[in-house]
Amino acid sequence: MHPWGKWGRNFVEYGVKAARDALADSGVNWRDVQFVSGAATIRNGYPGQVAGATFAQALGWQGAQVNTSYAACASGSQALAAARSKILSGECEVALVIGADTTPKGFLKPQPGDRPDDPDWVRFRLGITNPTYFALYARRRIEMYGDTLEDFAQVKIKNAQHGLSNLNARYRKAFSAADVAASPMVADPLRLMDICATSDGAAAIIVSSLDYARKIGRAKAPRIAAISTVTPSFASALVEMPDIATDSAVAVPAQSFRAALPKKAYEEAGIGPEDVSVAEVYDLSTALELDWIEDLQLCARGDAARLLREGVTRVGGRLPVNPSGGLACFGEAVPAQALAQVCELTWQLRGQAGERQVAHAKVGITANQGLFGHGSSVIVKN
Amino acid sequence: MSAVLAEQPTRVPVLEGWFTLDEQRPHLLGSRCTTCGTYYFPKLKGFCRNPGCNGEGFEEVPLSRTGKLWSFTNAAYQPPEPYVQVDKEAFVPFTIAAVELEKEKMIVLGQVVTGTGVEALRAGLEMELVLEPLADGKLTWKWKVAA
Ligand SMILES: [Zn+2]
Repeated sequence: MHPWGKWGRNFVEYGVKAARDALADSGVNWRDVQFVSGAATIRNGYPGQVAGATFAQALGWQGAQVNTSYAACASGSQALAAARSKILSGECEVALVIGADTTPKGFLKPQPGDRPDDPDWVRFRLGITNPTYFALYARRRIEMYGDTLEDFAQVKIKNAQHGLSNLNARYRKAFSAADVAASPMVADPLRLMDICATSDGAAAIIVSSLDYARKIGRAKAPRIAAISTVTPSFASALVEMPDIATDSAVAVPAQSFRAALPKKAYEEAGIGPEDVSVAEVYDLSTALELDWIEDLQLCARGDAARLLREGVTRVGGRLPVNPSGGLACFGEAVPAQALAQVCELTWQLRGQAGERQVAHAKVGITANQGLFGHGSSVIVKN
Repeated sequence: MSAVLAEQPTRVPVLEGWFTLDEQRPHLLGSRCTTCGTYYFPKLKGFCRNPGCNGEGFEEVPLSRTGKLWSFTNAAYQPPEPYVQVDKEAFVPFTIAAVELEKEKMIVLGQVVTGTGVEALRAGLEMELVLEPLADGKLTWKWKVAA
């Protein structure tokens, strides 16, 4: 990884640093990498849109196959899925997957111009920003399950505690409930400290076939047991960014997209939620972490706040969630974050996570979601 | 003549054809697949999105103008463009509602009328569609707690 923050440099620099770290960690020589799978970013012109080749050039052209994936926040998982498919099909043995980003200050916002046919333009025209959606989900939890603002603050406090020792995290500072309550309201009931920041950052992973891993003496490396990149199934029950309305469920019953994502991953891995020892989920907001815990079937619907209160989801508890510190400590670096989640699970499964180490971690799952129905859930196991 | 015109507010919708301009009983304008009955907002042309439907014919339909409050929030910070705030110093936080339409079985977002804060809302409240201008004077649909 390249540490996350606001560094003001080019995304290529971050990605190459992360790639070199991954190569050094795996002991794979760059010249031996047969496939470069880049997760694209849209804020860097052509280089960002052809991220795979951009990184390959920066690392030194060596004739590898190359691919670029764009799926917004799920880009990293798609890039990883592309590499895994190549390996499973026998087309290559070892691949490098990279995602890196720079982000502008403040709200993520649409391109200029009048575009009433573009749902992203429409919702901003009406004043409906990204935090609006997170807040609607958060308020729904309060109304349906009796979650409290204190519960949401406790997610931030927990993740901040986890991230304290993580050198790749942008924010390494403990917070109190009073700190969260004193931060400005952004979208009721979510305050500034309930919502993740935007960051620069990068993550990279070397993946290979089992034979290749054995050949280089890494037969015990954690394995990718499943990758789910499924879309929602019509009719989607939740109003998803950037849409202004849900699908109508008149002809077909409404279904939860977020719940469908890990379901596919569990099926592919041949395991169930009871086997999971650690989870990295997409805490764009504190309240959203609670939704994901339920979507991952780690508890019954409406029970996630109880798990949090009982200390189940903190490091030291039965089922730690976001031991890395999550987006609460990292902030968003769009094409890198799904890969950063897999990096954290890898370190956890190898027992290399230091102060944030989850004891006896054997199976980890990630959850993340890209705009316009890009699914992202990865299962890593020992 | 110009004085008379000035007294009559021009009723320019923020989005052309998305809702009726009936001040008393406005409706959002959606479309309905004539094959499977699925509703769409905004209007859909071309091909039905229901994976089990080959429908290509749609009729424009007014959507239910009342529904139940599914969730709500507010915008405490001024949103970025293309949100228009004429007087940047005069930004007042506004409330946003997600309202569930029973007949259409869908949730539609919109601002809540000026003067209603989140403290006045709770899930399940009956909401009604009204028209109100945005900061630049263009009309939009908003949700209001039904009387
Ligand atoms: Zn249809």
